[in-house]
Amino acid sequence: MIAVDFPSIQNLVEWKNIFGDGTFFAFNKIGLISVLALLIPVALFLFAKKDAVPRGLQNVTEGAVEFVENQVIMPTIGPDGMRFLPLLLSIFLFIFFGNIFEVIPTFNMPANARMANPLLLAILVWAVFIFVGVKNHGAKYFIEIIWPPSVPVGLRPLVGLIETLSVFILRPFGLAVRLFANMLAGHILLVTFGWLCVVLFVPNALAAILPFSFAMLVLLTGFEIFVSFLQAFVFALLTAVYIDSSLHPAH
Amino acid sequence: MSVLATIATETLELAQEANLTADDQKGIAGAAGAGMAYGLAAIGPGIGIGYLVGQAVQAMARQPEAAGAVRTNMFLGIAFTEALALIGFVVFILLKFA
Repeated sequence: MIAVDFPSIQNLVEWKNIFGDGTFFAFNKIGLISVLALLIPVALFLFAKKDAVPRGLQNVTEGAVEFVENQVIMPTIGPDGMRFLPLLLSIFLFIFFGNIFEVIPTFNMPANARMANPLLLAILVWAVFIFVGVKNHGAKYFIEIIWPPSVPVGLRPLVGLIETLSVFILRPFGLAVRLFANMLAGHILLVTFGWLCVVLFVPNALAAILPFSFAMLVLLTGFEIFVSFLQAFVFALLTAVYIDSSLHPAH
Repeated sequence: MSVLATIATETLELAQEANLTADDQKGIAGAAGAGMAYGLAAIGPGIGIGYLVGQAVQAMARQPEAAGAVRTNMFLGIAFTEALALIGFVVFILLKFA
């Protein structure tokens, strides 16, 4: 029997405050990563030139804008959704840069593996799609969900209850938990194999497992880069779908 | 359900024989339940995502010009299906650590 002491979950996701310990302005690694995830996209767009022929950095920013335009907005909302481009692009870039710190050495922590960021973004999206619905349809937006006119009268309470729950409660919950749990799971996976690489560095037969855990660590690092991108994409895509359902409610 | 109950009671009986404290017993029962919870939560979404992506690939192979729309809808479907597995993972974390 061998027993490996795995570090407790508190050691994986809680960080000491860098400054302002015990006050409202307490600032730790998660805060630092969130601020960086906010500043890096802003800096990218400030420093990219706006030439007719893109070169260097401008390729990155134009690529990001075109990706959100062609892959997120056009298939879901359509051409009249272009006015939501700034919102969706900001959400996409903020989540992506918050996630990608998971695989950057010395940081090794995705900001979205704590509930605060995903929850705030989900509440923002929740407020936006309700606002868009009320602005375009007035009180009819709520009536269509709570007492759907296209359903037979006998079924309306049931369908209305399910719709109300799924639109106003499960949507933000699902958005927040999806992002949070994906990033936390990825972080724990990386820690597990990184930790195995350390504790198996012993002068006996157990060290034979080390190459496999190292290979897994390398593979999973690549996979987590992909997941960071995919989760940012999925969050932006679902935001666009929810906004679309507020613009054009169910028939 | 009865299997889960049996595992829980067996674990608790073993724990009482070994003279463990209440906190230890709670930890053991939590760990056993957590492993079971995540294992069960992964079955459905696993089947669902496999079926979903398989059908999406088939659709793309049959109609390559629709690949863009199919891919977007595939990611949407994966996001909704995967949510169940992720809630299972959150339950795992809560049972194990909280």
